[in-house]
Amino acid sequence: MAIRLTINQKSHTVNVAPETPLLWVLRDHLQMVGTKFGCGEGMCGACTVLIGGYPVRSCMTPVSAVADAPIVTIEGLSADGNHPLQRAWVELDVPQCGYCQAGQILTAAALLAHTPHPTDAEIDVAMSGNLCRCSSYTRIRAAIHEAAAHQTHPKTTASSGATR
Amino acid sequence: MRLTRRSFFELSAMAGGGFLLKLTLPQLASAQNHAANLLSPDAFVRIAPDGIVTIVAKSPEIGQGIRTSLPMIIAEELDADWASVRIEPANLDEAVYGSQGAGGSMSTPNNWLPMRQVGSAARQLLVTAAARRWQVPESEVTTARGRLLHTSSNRSMGYGEVASDAAQLPPPDPATLRFKDPKDYTILGHFQSGCDNLSVVTGKPLFGIDVYLPGMLHAAYHRCAVFGGRVKSANLDVIRKLPGVRYAFVLDGTIQPTTIVPYEIGLASGVAIVADSWYQAQQARKQLKVDWILPPNPVPSSVELNNRAHALAAQPATHTLYSEGDVTKTLASANKVVEADYSYPFLAHMTLEPQNATAWFHDGKLEIWADSQNPGSGKHLVSQALQIPESEITVHMLRAGGGFGRRLMNDYMLEAAYIAKQVPAPVKLLWSREDDFIHDAYRAAGWHFMKAGLDPAGEVIGWQQRLVTFGDGDHYASGAGIDAAEFPSGRVPNFELSTSTQPLWLRTGSLRAPGSNAYAFVIQSFIDELANAAGKDPLEFQLALLSREASPGSPAAKHPEARYTLKAKRQADVLRKVAEISDWANRSKTAGSGKGMGIAAHFCHLGYFAIVAQVSVNASKGIRVEKVWAVGDVGSQLVNLSGAEAQVQGSIIEAMSHMQQEITLANGKIQQTAFDQNPMMRLRQIPKIEIGWVKTEYSPTGLGEPALPPVLPAIGNAVFAATGKRIRTLPLARSGFHFV
Repeated sequence: MAIRLTINQKSHTVNVAPETPLLWVLRDHLQMVGTKFGCGEGMCGACTVLIGGYPVRSCMTPVSAVADAPIVTIEGLSADGNHPLQRAWVELDVPQCGYCQAGQILTAAALLAHTPHPTDAEIDVAMSGNLCRCSSYTRIRAAIHEAAAHQTHPKTTASSGATR
Repeated sequence: MRLTRRSFFELSAMAGGGFLLKLTLPQLASAQNHAANLLSPDAFVRIAPDGIVTIVAKSPEIGQGIRTSLPMIIAEELDADWASVRIEPANLDEAVYGSQGAGGSMSTPNNWLPMRQVGSAARQLLVTAAARRWQVPESEVTTARGRLLHTSSNRSMGYGEVASDAAQLPPPDPATLRFKDPKDYTILGHFQSGCDNLSVVTGKPLFGIDVYLPGMLHAAYHRCAVFGGRVKSANLDVIRKLPGVRYAFVLDGTIQPTTIVPYEIGLASGVAIVADSWYQAQQARKQLKVDWILPPNPVPSSVELNNRAHALAAQPATHTLYSEGDVTKTLASANKVVEADYSYPFLAHMTLEPQNATAWFHDGKLEIWADSQNPGSGKHLVSQALQIPESEITVHMLRAGGGFGRRLMNDYMLEAAYIAKQVPAPVKLLWSREDDFIHDAYRAAGWHFMKAGLDPAGEVIGWQQRLVTFGDGDHYASGAGIDAAEFPSGRVPNFELSTSTQPLWLRTGSLRAPGSNAYAFVIQSFIDELANAAGKDPLEFQLALLSREASPGSPAAKHPEARYTLKAKRQADVLRKVAEISDWANRSKTAGSGKGMGIAAHFCHLGYFAIVAQVSVNASKGIRVEKVWAVGDVGSQLVNLSGAEAQVQGSIIEAMSHMQQEITLANGKIQQTAFDQNPMMRLRQIPKIEIGWVKTEYSPTGLGEPALPPVLPAIGNAVFAATGKRIRTLPLARSGFHFV
């Protein structure tokens, strides 16, 4: 079945079974590998993408359900890694193994888009669904604060490509 | 570290100018244990005419930061401009790079000297070339940030300008190399962000799972849930007709039932499903019906193992690792005797990137893409199993989405190779999360039966410790043995450390700080119990034990491998410093207040760490770890300040995860198959962390592991201080507690 997707403001047509999870369409069909497979059960957050500006588990999302929605993956969060969160992640050396970080950054991007200057408690609520096996949490928190302090137009940068 | 023979350098001109330096060191004095064999004597540096320095990172990156930190060591001695350094990961080529494993926190200690030699030799060649170009004595040429300087004539040039000349020079004698004074370091010891970070945050392909090749197919592999089970028959005809499925076949497997399961198990019997996409392979797997031949001795249930452990504890020990004095008599007559039983469960590794490998068999050659911690051993394994000469096997080393010891084993690589051998296309094998849970090499569970005696002054005069573990007689399952020198061995006049073993029929393995991640919990908690029984401050009590000389001839006085001998002063100094930064002396000591602080220390993987934890415990026994102070001694120099602190932060929080996790067995099967059944810490649960360092004269050592073990007992001791309740059984839930 041919399904049209809008990913990072670009149109793609894929021919897959409608129930195929978005994660596997991204990875195996479009070879956009920034979105990671961690559990396939929505429990770890490694596969998080933004749909309409909100974090969604792509491993549990049938591709047919998001045919009309604007999808943002880590590859499309910014043109060249210059989103305030991406810069803060590099500056504070957040990644250890790095495998969960695309999901962490996109979840944080949605947080900042709606809450430009989050408190620790707000970060706790927004980020506690994303597991980091290396436990880089101390720096994830610090980097979100850092990005919040440095974003000039949070609404437009953090939800880039995700507005309807 | 001493070289056993002369080292030598090879040098060759690079196409397009510049030079390539290859340092070959003869095998360094080989150590006994597996981890210490991970020696790495070679490295490469390339300097292009434009001054860009490319440094090859030889060791597997699993999140420990080694791909950044080893090149930093070279760059420092080379006096390179870090901003002009490019880092390139190596492929597996142990003839060139030496051992390319990552384990046991040994990459830093084993590479500290060779990496500095590489950098220093490269710098020396550039200096010689510049001196000749300028017609000045070499002694007048200095370097700084990728430039050569001749101060008196006010001349300077970039490394790239003279790199081609340097390539023509004879390599320097390593014995003549000089190293920088650490006070002049501009790269080492500073905060450097990881070399792959931009790729990580922009989603570029990096990891094993990110390998995509033209025409590649995707494989799922279905093994028996009972370890050692074999396929009798399967409905392959049905599977082959399902959407996207190209091949489905049975692999017989090579696992032999043994009481001690080897580190590398060989091939597990199973059904391979190869499809156009992994999702299709997994969907087809749901229709799979397999008739299994179960192994003759399926692994016992956790309940049975626990019952047997307690029965064994009542019988004489199988093996005594070390004893001195007369512990039985001492305990019978001691002023006070403290007795406690400790236990901890099996744990899984749960790397966030599930195990995977890509393999392509063509023209008699095998090409493999994998993110193993131990790729050299994987290549050997594949070569032996499939009868393909190692010269015909290429292994590409990818960044790993976590290691923690899981990727020391290469079972996924072997499976991918077997599958690829039957398929005329590249194949990526990917494990599901459930596969990853139920086919792990688990941290061994263990039971410790502790007894100690105090004299009227509260001094420890007798210590008896029985470990009931897995193995056969005095042969232990992987990660299930204990060192005869384990503290306080040798420091108690009447002492006995003994073991009893039971067979397991299941694979165990190394989990971050293997052995120590369990024993530190037991021993440092029990010492806290003794301090409490003696009415002494736990810090002072521990320092008093450390102030005792180890008995002459005891393993603690003279470890078979010298560097594993505990240096009591180093352990005491990290304890004193952590007490200082946590203001231990002025802590609130209101019993039953629900708030408390605990202290613990441990030496492992050549590093010393002391931890103070501060907790609050609510009425329903929910523990909040509010703050953790950590002080480490890993020698004279931190390599990357950022990586060092990250490893400590990660170790502290991982230790908390260890305290709440448990893998159990029933009917021969692992019962946990998903993250929610074996939870790791979440961001909202993390404590504040403060880190301090004690610098000593010793050669720098690694940080992947040593900070983790003392965290568990520090938290347990803090819970005791807060509640008067002692945590002796892990996970926390089995002691009635939980993290909030």
